[in-house]
Order: sequence, then structure tokens, then C-alpha cells
Amino acid sequence: MTNAELFTLTYGALVTQLCKDYENDEEVNKQLDKMGYNIGVRLIEDFLARSSVGRCQDFRETADVIAKVAFKMYLGITPSVTNWSPAGDEFSLILESNPLVDFVELPDNHSSLVYSNLLCGVLRGALEMVQMAVEVKFSQDTLRGDNVTEIRMKFIKRMEENLPAGDE
Amino acid sequence: MADEALFQFLHNEVIQYIYKSSEHGEMENGRCITKLENMGFRVGQGLIERFTKDTARFKDELDVMKFICKDFWTCVFKKQIDNLRTNHQGIYVLQDNKFRLLTQLSAGKQYLEHAPKVRKHNGGKLTCQALFIPGQLSPHEWFSLPLSLQYLAFTCGLVRGGLSNLGVKSIVTAEVSVMPACKFQVMIQKM
Repeated sequence: MTNAELFTLTYGALVTQLCKDYENDEEVNKQLDKMGYNIGVRLIEDFLARSSVGRCQDFRETADVIAKVAFKMYLGITPSVTNWSPAGDEFSLILESNPLVDFVELPDNHSSLVYSNLLCGVLRGALEMVQMAVEVKFSQDTLRGDNVTEIRMKFIKRMEENLPAGDE
Repeated sequence: MADEALFQFLHNEVIQYIYKSSEHGEMENGRCITKLENMGFRVGQGLIERFTKDTARFKDELDVMKFICKDFWTCVFKKQIDNLRTNHQGIYVLQDNKFRLLTQLSAGKQYLEHAPKVRKHNGGKLTCQALFIPGQLSPHEWFSLPLSLQYLAFTCGLVRGGLSNLGVKSIVTAEVSVMPACKFQVMIQKM
């Protein structure tokens, strides 16, 4: 019995609960993103305290830190960073395996559910706390039949330093 | 392997979600706690399911409780239960002097913004015996619960779920005396 499953099972129980509470997958996806955001704005402090990573110079460095330090620390996996846009403002994280989806199968009536959408919110919230506005979404998902899981991240703009955003 | 901090963040956010949903009148009569407890129950079942393939069958009820106090608690909370007491008639009290889900609460103020007024029973000890009897907590009572007890609902379910998959039916309640120490009371139900 490993502790890895506590998180995975709890996450599964959460998604199950949300599917009961909300009428459609889009609403569940939104709620997962919101909750992820709330986690992200707090998680960043934990990350900065434990990783001794300094300020990133550019988006490429940010991508490397996310993949090699953050994902490793919190989920025990190291996604690869690929598919950079020519402008250098967009990239993909390719996850060979996704700990959130161990033993998970999507039932037929949830074809629009982005099961791991919490991760998008976490990344968005965490980066907002270091003054980066980003868009994050899943472009491939093994739960939906794709070979890999791919998270696409796009840099929108640098934010002014101001009071932390409230919970969504 | 997911980091422990990630579970704590998720657990906190789940509680906030359930709490916020109740504010919009979507829940009645303490179903917030029931929802949390039920989630914990399913997770507890799932945890035990994967484990007990390797374990020899337990020889008696006390053996099962010791497993919960040592192996189960260590796996989930990175430490053993500090003290186990029983009346040998189906009631067990598990004491954790530094319960990991409460240490963060003591230290961090961020979730205390929503903390309702503390309600004391039993001569200064914070207890809530009616915690897990569905339907018996009015919305007012839910909002009177200290946040610490809301935080324990999931874990009570976790224990109840784990025991359930080990063939033991129970009711699990929790009591906080001095943070971050707490006690879980397990009442075995004859099937």
C-alpha cells in the first residue's frame, strides 16, 4: 500500500462527486480548473520553499522547471517539453504516464470530461503568483484514447505585481 | 508517486468546495459532513483493496485495529497512531497527538477566514458525537462546527472505509481536544 494512491483515489472521489453535482462535463471541467487554480496559488509557495529554484529568465526556463522540478516533486514524473511555437510562447508537456488516471476508465456518457483538468488550474494559478498569465489545456488525453497525454501551455503576458488574487 | 503536500492541498480544496456548495443552499441537514465522510469512505476502501492481497488474514478484531493504527496510519499519515485504547467490547479510541491534517490548520491562517464560532461541549472539550449520523446536523450546527472537525470528516470516512474492506462494520467519530491532537472513536457494529 503506497501513499501515491491516496491522492489518486481522493482525486477520483472528487471527480465522481463533481459529476453528481453538475449536470454536464463542461461544468465539471470548469470546476476542476477553478479548484486547481485555488491549489496552484498556494502550492507555488510550497514549491519555491522546497525547490530553491530562482527566478526564471524566460519562458523556456519556466518550461524546464515545470517539467523537471515541479512535476517530479509533486507527481513523481518528468514530462518532456516539446512542440515549441516559433515565437517561443507556446509549448507542450508530454506525459507518458499520468498518476491521476491510474485505474480510471471514463464511462461512455462523459466524452467531454477532461478528467485531469485540475492540473491546468494548478499550473495557471501557480504561474499567476509569479506574474505570468498563461493558458493551459489538455490537447491529448490517454483517457480519451490518445497515445499520450499532452498539456499545451501558452504564455499570454507578464502581470503587474499586485495583491494576490482571491479564490475563484 | 504523488507528494504528500499535494494530497493536503487537494483535501483542503475539497473541504472548501463542499463548504461553498452548502452556502448556496444546495445541501441540507449536515449533508456536507456526510458527503465528505462518504468520499473518505470510498477512498479508504480503495486503499485497503490494493493492499490486502499480500496480507495474511487477521486473527481477530484487535489485530485489525492494530493494523489500522500502524500500517494504515503510517501509509496515509506518515506516522503511527500514538495511543490505542479499547474497552474490549467493540469500542476503540485512536489518539494521534500530532495529526497531520490539523498541523497545517494550526499553522496556516488562510482557511480560518471562514471559521465559524467555536462551540464547546463537555466542559471545554470540543466534541461532536452526532457528527456522522446523517441528517442530524442542521445547517446552523454545521456552521458552528470548528473548522478542525470539518477537517476530520474525510478521515473518519477513510477509517470506516478501510475497516469495511477488512470485513469490519463501524461508526467512526472524531474529537479534537487540543490542536493538533485528536482522537478517533471506532464503534464496531455487529453485522
